Order: sequence, then structure tokens, then C-alpha cells
Amino acid sequence: MRKAFVKKLEELVSKNQNIYLLTGDLGFSVFDHFKEKFPDNYINMGLSEANMIGVAAGMAMSGKQVFVYSIIPFITFRCLEQIRNDICLQNLPVKIIGVGEGLSYGTSGPTHHSIEDIGVMSSLPNLVVISPGDPIEVEKITEQSLGLDSPCYIRLGKSGEPSVNSHEVELRIGKGNIIKEGKDIAILSTGNMLSTAIKVSNALEYEGIDSTVVSLHTIKPLDEVLLKDLSAHKQHIFVLEEHVASCGLCSRIAFYYLQENIKVNLTCIGLPDNFVTLVGSQEFLRETYGIDVRSIKDRIVSTIRR
Amino acid sequence: MLEENYIELLNISREIREKILIMHAKSNESHLGSSLSIVDILTVLYFQILNINPIDPYEENRDRFILSKGHAASALYAVLAKRGFFEEKLLDTFAEDGGRISVHPERFSVPGVEASTGSLGHGLSIGVGIALTAKKDKKTFKTYVLMSDGECEEGSIWEAAILASRFKLDNLVGIIDKNKWQAYERTDKIQNLSLLKSKWESFGWSCREVNGHNLQELIQVFRGIPFEVGKPSLIIADTIKGKGVPEIEDKMEWHYKSPKIDELEKFIKSLRKSV
Repeated sequence: MRKAFVKKLEELVSKNQNIYLLTGDLGFSVFDHFKEKFPDNYINMGLSEANMIGVAAGMAMSGKQVFVYSIIPFITFRCLEQIRNDICLQNLPVKIIGVGEGLSYGTSGPTHHSIEDIGVMSSLPNLVVISPGDPIEVEKITEQSLGLDSPCYIRLGKSGEPSVNSHEVELRIGKGNIIKEGKDIAILSTGNMLSTAIKVSNALEYEGIDSTVVSLHTIKPLDEVLLKDLSAHKQHIFVLEEHVASCGLCSRIAFYYLQENIKVNLTCIGLPDNFVTLVGSQEFLRETYGIDVRSIKDRIVSTIRR
Repeated sequence: MLEENYIELLNISREIREKILIMHAKSNESHLGSSLSIVDILTVLYFQILNINPIDPYEENRDRFILSKGHAASALYAVLAKRGFFEEKLLDTFAEDGGRISVHPERFSVPGVEASTGSLGHGLSIGVGIALTAKKDKKTFKTYVLMSDGECEEGSIWEAAILASRFKLDNLVGIIDKNKWQAYERTDKIQNLSLLKSKWESFGWSCREVNGHNLQELIQVFRGIPFEVGKPSLIIADTIKGKGVPEIEDKMEWHYKSPKIDELEKFIKSLRKSV
């Protein structure tokens, strides 16, 4: 996903020199080409995330389109008050790009995991929170982010996430991307769980379960029209996220239905409210926490046949 | 400066102090001492130094002023009103229910407020962003950021200081209101204030120390910016917390207290005598 981001950003900067990329001293092999091609538009801010956010705010006040980029915990938790006061409160359209969503940095350990950031960032007024499902969504969302009047937070996977969408897909920030429609259940996925969602959906076909799959890339604001529609079909809704379920997409969806007094069968499939201190790769950790294809499929089958 | 201009400036700073006293008495809000210590700095900036136009407050090439020590916003509002950015009667609504001007300033709440501040250690980074953009766009305006001495304990200040020096932002001016009190202690007990200048210098800034209540000295030092080409400028303004009212001066409690209505007359009398 991050390669898709950089590629799209290069294309955008080549058309608009008003765009700047600020980074927190990282991006070896990722930004090499970008910084060579656009030395004036690339600034390595050094290891000072709080300052980077404030500087981005100042640049945005002066009319620049600013992308700030680092690993998720460093560009969110480290500098949260700067994001809150300097960017969100002043409603400056800075784009905060975090890399390494969920357990992408599995073996790096819990300092590098990003499993609470949706909860934290979604709590901030004015901030649009987006977790694209594949590299194609990353490209489209990066481009559309330039048109936003308010700030946004885009969380990316690290690398290797497969493309699920075609380049022709019609995609809008704030609108769920319906990948397939089925009559029995609905699977809503955010971020890097998309390819898992599709594999689960395929596996469910063998069990005779026909599923809708939606990439709900925009976590805030929620696509309430879509959620209302889904509830009208009376399907059981499963929400997939590589994130603590109690403060992520699913909990936001649950809150929406509760506020609207809409009764739905909703199951949150995500991570427990724990630090993941177990050492292992993303794949290993997903299996351990039951958010791999097989575990999710089994859980869905047992839930709806209960 | 002509004698008559100097006296006019003195009168302005006294009038602003009176306004601040009234605002705090009326609202019963804190930080009176912090506001009174910066009045002379603001008076000089807004009436002598800044290239600003109250008729066109967001003109692209205006000088920017950011009050990083946002808790002293009553002083900023009083100066902006005096300079004609908005009607002075708005000051009567300071911190009032449903009003526009809160204890810490909100960007665009009234014309002339450039940034939302109130949490310390934010303003300098924002100023660096503005000054850096100005350099990139070849604009000639300057960006001024007013901080407190206690604020220099915030790590983000030093992150910003590193960057400003790296980018040779000689269009950026940091001002430290060294009133030697922070919220709950003498600043010198928390950090070694005698090292303040050498710290900034070692971070690549060009520094001057000035009496922060001497209008002539302040004008002179501001006129000398940048102190060195290719370096950001820092002014350490030696001030007295609560300056202007002897009963209030240099007392920690006036970070919290506000004048009672029946004290107000006495304080204003003291002020007129002392300034």
C-alpha cells in the first residue's frame, strides 16, 4: 500500500508543486525516487513528530497541501495533542499518513503495532479517518484527499497487500465500496482485512452461505446510508478489522445503530483489548487471535447456524 | 523616537493594562499576571513593528504574530481592539457565556488571532511552518512567536528550534517573556534560567536580551531583526509578572486571582501612578 501511496503522490506533485511531503526520518527505498525527483517538495523533518505536525499546520495556514508521513504510533499517539489542537481544532486540511496498520509490523513488537489508532483518531472532531482496503483504494483516496476541506488520517499497510479492486472501480471517500453482493450475510471490512474478507466470502460459498462484502475504507464519517440499507436487508452483519474491536470500526457501527434505534445482528471480529506481546509475524498473530481466513469463516458459520 | 510618540506609546500600554484589569475583574478569570507582563512587548509590536492592517487583517504579506503562551490572551485581545481590529466593547464579553473571546485564543474568533493556542509548546512549530513556507514562496513578511520562560520546558519547543536553525529562518522571531514565574513555582527552580540564552544560541539562534518593559529598548531590538542573516532571532525579554500594578507585581497568586470589583479602582489608581 505504501508503494501505491508514493507512486500516486509523485504523480500528484508533478502536476501541483504546492504539495509537500514531510516525513519523520524514514522511507528507505520507499521515498528514494520521490526525494530525488522533487527535492523541494520533500522534507525529512527529523525525529520530531510533535514539531512536524505543528509545522504542517503552519504550512497549511499558508495555503500548502501537506502530507505528513511516519509509522502509525509515532504519527498519531506521539503527537496527538498537536494533531488535536493545531490541525483538527483549526480545521486545516493536512493529510496525516500512517504506515503499518494493525499488526503489519508484527515482529517489531507492540511499540510498532497499530491496533488502537482508529479509536484514538476517530475521537477527534473534523478529522476524516480512512483505512484503505488495497493499493487501488490507496491511490484513489490519496488523490481525493486533496479535495477535502478538513484534515484526514489515512492508515496504510506496510507492503504486499494484494489488489482486490480493478483500476476502474468507482470509489468515494465516505462511501463504502461494495465488492460483491450476497443474500445471506454482510461482511464489512476495513483496511488490510479486505483480502481476508474476500477469501472468507469465497470459503462461505462452499458452506452455502452467500455474502455481501464491503470495503468500508472510511471509518469517519461512517457511510450511514449504506449501514441503513444493510440493516433493511435483515442480514447478519460481520465487521472485520485488524484493530481492537471495542474501539474500532465495529464499535462505531454499533453506536450508530444504537443511536438510530435500528435492531441488527452485529458481530465484531477484531482484536481484544490487549497489547500484543506475543512475538510473531502478522500471519502468525492473525491466526493466534482468530482473525485469519479459517477462524473467521468458522466463527461466521457457527454464529449464524447457532 | 520623538518624545510625543513615546508618551503616546506609554499611554497606549497603560490603557491596555487598564482594559486587562477590567476584563479580569469582570470575568473573574485567571492569568492576569501573565497578561500584564507582555503588554509592553505587544504594544511595541502592534503599534511600531508589525506590518499589519486592521482593515485587511488577513492580507497575504502581513507579518504574523502567534501568542504561544495562549493563557495571556486577554492582553492580545486588548491590543488588537486598541489597534482597531475590532470594537473595544467586545472586550467586555471576555469569557462571557455565549461570547466570542475565550481565556485562550481561537484562530479567527476575532480578526487578528492567527492561531489557536493554550497548550504550551505549540506556537513555535506553527511559526516555523509559516516562516518556512514564506521562504519557499519568496515572501518577505516576518513571523513572531511569543513564548513564556516556563514554556521552554516543553520538548516540542526544542524540536522546532532545531528545525528553524537548520532552515536558516531569519524571517522567524522568537520572543520569550521571561517573567520568572511559572504556574506553581519560580521558573528558576524548575529550569536553570541563567542558561536560557546559551541554550538557544547553541541551537543556532541569534539572541538578544532586553528589558521587556522599556519601550525604547524593545523598539530598538525589534528594528535590528534579523540579528544575523541566515539565523532565526530570539529576544529574551526580562519582564515582571503583573507589571504595572505594584500590588500584583511578581506574585505567583496573580496567576490565579482576579481583582474584585471593589479593588479595581485602587489597582487602576496604582497603575496610573506607577506607569
